[in-house]
Amino acid sequence: MKQCESIIIGGGPAGLRAAKALLESGARVCLIDRNASMGGQLIKQTHMFFGSEKQHASTRGISIQHKLLSDVMRYGSRIEILSETHVVGVYQDKVIACMKDDRFFKMRGEAIIIATGASEKHLPFENNDLPGVYAAGAVQTLMNEYGIKPGHKVLMVGSGNIGLIVSYQLMQAGVEVVALAEAASQISGYHVHASKIKRHGVDILTNTSIKRALGETEVTGAELWKLDESWQGIEGSEWTIDLDTICISVGLAPLSELFQQVGANVEYVRELGGNVPVIDNTYQTTIDGVYACGDAIGIEEASSAMVEGEMTGIYAAHAMAKAHPNESTRLKALEEELAFLRSGPHAEKIRVGYKKRGEVS
Amino acid sequence: MIEKDGVAPLEMVAKEFPSDPDILYKPKAIIECYKEIPCNPCETSCPFDAITIGEDINKRPHIDFDKCTGCAVCVYNCPGLAITVRQINDEGALLKIPYEFLPLPQKGDSVNVINREGRVIGQGVVKRVQNTMRQDHTPLIHVETRKEHIMDAMTIEVIA
Amino acid sequence: MRIKAHPILSFEAQKAVPFTYDGQTLYGLKGDTIASALHANGIKKLSESIHRKRPRGFYCAIGNCASCNMVVDGQPNVRTCITPLKEHMDIRSQQGKGQVK
Repeated sequence: MKQCESIIIGGGPAGLRAAKALLESGARVCLIDRNASMGGQLIKQTHMFFGSEKQHASTRGISIQHKLLSDVMRYGSRIEILSETHVVGVYQDKVIACMKDDRFFKMRGEAIIIATGASEKHLPFENNDLPGVYAAGAVQTLMNEYGIKPGHKVLMVGSGNIGLIVSYQLMQAGVEVVALAEAASQISGYHVHASKIKRHGVDILTNTSIKRALGETEVTGAELWKLDESWQGIEGSEWTIDLDTICISVGLAPLSELFQQVGANVEYVRELGGNVPVIDNTYQTTIDGVYACGDAIGIEEASSAMVEGEMTGIYAAHAMAKAHPNESTRLKALEEELAFLRSGPHAEKIRVGYKKRGEVS
Repeated sequence: MIEKDGVAPLEMVAKEFPSDPDILYKPKAIIECYKEIPCNPCETSCPFDAITIGEDINKRPHIDFDKCTGCAVCVYNCPGLAITVRQINDEGALLKIPYEFLPLPQKGDSVNVINREGRVIGQGVVKRVQNTMRQDHTPLIHVETRKEHIMDAMTIEVIA
Repeated sequence: MRIKAHPILSFEAQKAVPFTYDGQTLYGLKGDTIASALHANGIKKLSESIHRKRPRGFYCAIGNCASCNMVVDGQPNVRTCITPLKEHMDIRSQQGKGQVK
């Protein structure tokens, strides 16, 4: 069986920064991702990031991907990248099972970091399974990674940052966004993102949701209706729009399967997006030597995932007796970065979530 | 209403303008970042230290119009595209607007001038299209329009 | 459905990749996944639901949700949204759960 010092499952912003911290500490890293290229969802983020310079603010996600990847590639033979590799099992003796090209193999590591990210949620409504109903991030992948428009006329459901940003990116690709529907009475993402699409003519409709998708074999329209203050549909308020694509942007859920599979304690925290692993203050799960970071432990912005990733890498290195050269100063600085990223009014949900899990005071 | 559709009412916008209107005879950045979000590239990108957010990056930016030269570096560094540069002169109002769509207008083109709600409020003439490598795909459209639109103009629409 | 011009990204010309979809010859581009190539050809329905035979397209496009499973070169349950398109692949809509040979 192949032996590795550290294994990182997931090559997104959290996994790449964890890899960098481990490499800086002198450790060897095996970074695994099921996709052909590393970077996770950064690969389709054509917008500039928020945050401060420390989290690459004002840089487009696609450029951050290149930066994070080159940061780890310069360590040469100490970093091994396994792409198009699916981790199908993690065991308590720190053995993982993988599939690549229909071949099955096992590896053992001294530390395993699970940074699997998240998946997009869906919304219950009639005909929500018709082809043409896509997750907002899926449409972003189709457009920005493969250069293909999802359709000609799109309804966006949900006004979080993803819904607002993907609406803008649809318009940049030359697709008409006929409306954005939000069930709540206010938009939930950053107002600057809403302003960007509103000034270019997108109708932003609050207290509004989709009642059903129209079409037999694929989407040909949507029926919308107004919601009352308790989010119940108002009979008689329905109207229809002709369109070919419905984008769902109603939040993300952490990908927690591997935590459950290895037997780590997992709890449901609604504010963090769903089932999340219990972790200690070194990002270690309840399984010795198995760590977790990024969206897999709670839905936040990619900027927080990067900070968490580096901290996790430093802690994992420490546990392997490979101290990071600036261990204590880096950890202190990263704690401060996280505190600022989580201190604004938009991070209220995250603060509640972490409090529930008993971590952030 | 800003909470419902991101549109700041003009009385809110007016507070981001210099209190002395004569200041706008020189170009000045008008920052429309009305809510606290964790973000500070406007502060760190400003070559003249005119914008202050401070250690807590959630705070709203404050601009010192005495220091601002209207260079527009903050305009293309703002991830929210929430900054424009505005100036009045004897002919009208001159704006530098971030514009990330195709087709780009050309110098001399007539364009529609659009307000925050996405409505056409008038016409403008493109004086310059600034699109350097440093801007990383956020071109700036320098557009001249009527003086009365100094506050309600927000973007442009290329006339097909 | 291909994006011709984009203000941020550049999509360089790629080599055409022939494949068959339910026996019909179609073309994708190098760099496509199976699902993206089908979408570019206007094909949104990828499979049918197991019990009620309802049409299914992709949903997440990053390999999480299994909504895009198809039969590829005889192998069922291939996640077409993350499987790179290769020349002369035989791609078929999937009915039912699929059988492992």
